[in-house]
Amino acid sequence: MEGGEMRLTLTVNGKPITAEVAPTTLLSAFLRETLGLTGTHQGCDTGQCGACTVHLDGRAVKSCLVLAHQAEGRDVLTIEGVAAGETLHPVQVAFRDRHALQCGFCTPGMVMTALDLADRLETADEDAIRHGLDGNLCRCTGYGPIVAAVADAVRGRKGERP
Amino acid sequence: MMPFDFRRPASLAEALMAGEGAAEPRYLAGGQSLVAALKLRLAQPDRLIDITRLPELRQIRREPGRLVIGAAVTHAEMAGLSDCAALADLSGSIGDLQVRNMGTLGGALAHADPASDHAAAVLGLGAEIHTDRRVITADDFFLGMFETALEPGELVIEIAYPLPLQAAYAKVRNPASGYPVVGVFVARTRECIRVAVTGAGDCAFRLSAFEAALARDFSAAALAGLVVSPDALNRDLHASAEYRAHLVGVLAARAVEAAR
Repeated sequence: MEGGEMRLTLTVNGKPITAEVAPTTLLSAFLRETLGLTGTHQGCDTGQCGACTVHLDGRAVKSCLVLAHQAEGRDVLTIEGVAAGETLHPVQVAFRDRHALQCGFCTPGMVMTALDLADRLETADEDAIRHGLDGNLCRCTGYGPIVAAVADAVRGRKGERP
Repeated sequence: MMPFDFRRPASLAEALMAGEGAAEPRYLAGGQSLVAALKLRLAQPDRLIDITRLPELRQIRREPGRLVIGAAVTHAEMAGLSDCAALADLSGSIGDLQVRNMGTLGGALAHADPASDHAAAVLGLGAEIHTDRRVITADDFFLGMFETALEPGELVIEIAYPLPLQAAYAKVRNPASGYPVVGVFVARTRECIRVAVTGAGDCAFRLSAFEAALARDFSAAALAGLVVSPDALNRDLHASAEYRAHLVGVLAARAVEAAR
C-alpha cells in the first residue's frame, strides 16, 4: 500500500472536490494539474518565492510546501475564487488602481497574501505591510506599488479614504 | 519525493500507534521544513503521520506563572498571544507570513534547525518539553545539529514556558532565508538570568558568563568587555565564526535594552 493513492475530500473555491491523490502530491500540483486551476503559479518550488500562495481555512500558505492531503476536509481558496464573477475583490481593485503588477507572474500569490494581510493588519503601516509581504518575491522589483495597493486595501476595509 | 503513505490519526492514542509497521515513520507537524526536505530527499520516511489537528496538541493554557502551548499551535497563533511579549515578537519574526500560518512550535523544536528561533526562547525561558512519555527540560533537549533528546516515535505534546519578569529576543536575520544569522534571547526570571543563543552553533546554547554579569547588573553596560570565542561557532557563506561571535555580544546587549 505504500505510496498508493488515497481519497482526498476538500473544498476549493467553495466547491466540494473528491479525488484519488498520491500522498506525495503537493497542493500546488493538485490545484494546477488535477483541477486545472493554473492561476496558482509555481515559481521556485522551494518555498521561497510565494507565487503559489493560496488560502487554507482563510490563511495564506505556500501550496508548494503543503501536501495535498494536509488540506483534507479544509477550505482552499485560490486566485480563481477571489473575484465574484466579473466583480473584482477590493484587494484586486487596489492592485489595478495602483498598477501593482508588471509581468504579473507573482501577482496571484501577492494578492492571496495581501488578502490575509488586509484581514490581519490594524493599520496601513508600511513596515508592517513590508514585513507581511516578506514571503512573496517580485522579480520585476515593483514592490512600491504593491505596498501601496495593500495599504489602500487595509484603509478601504477600515472605511477610510485611500 | 520518495513514496510514503499518509495517516491522519483522529486521537493521540492512535497517533502513537500509527508508526507501527513502517520502517521510518515521521510525524508531520506543518511541514514547512519537512516537505522541503522530502523534495530534496534529505528525509525519506515511508510514512507521514499528520498530528496537526490532535486536540491535545492544539491547546493553549494559562497556569500560575507559566504559559503552556500545544505542539501543533502555529507560529502565527503564538504571535498573537499577549502573555509574553518577547515570545510573541519572536514567533511573529519567524520566516514569513505563509510559513508562520502553517509551521508549528512542536515541529520547529523536533526539527532542531541550528538557526531555530523557537529554540532560543525555549532555552532562554527554561521551558519544559512535555512528550507522550516524559518531561524534558530545555537544557537537556537540544543535543546538536538537527539532533534532540527525542527518542524514535516520541511525540512532543506541549511546551510549558515559565513567564519571565523581563525578556526580549534580538537577531540579525538573513534576508533571503529568513533564518537568524545569530539570535539572542535574554530573560530575567524570579530565580535567575538566562541568555540563550541560536544560529551561532550546532544548536542553541547558553552563555554562563553573560548570565553571571547580568545577574549582578541587568544592563547592557554590564556586558561590556565580555568576549565570545569563535572557536566552536558556525562559519558559512553568510557569516564567519568571528562575525557571529561579535554579533552574539551586540545582540545580547540589544536584547537587554529591549527587555520588558
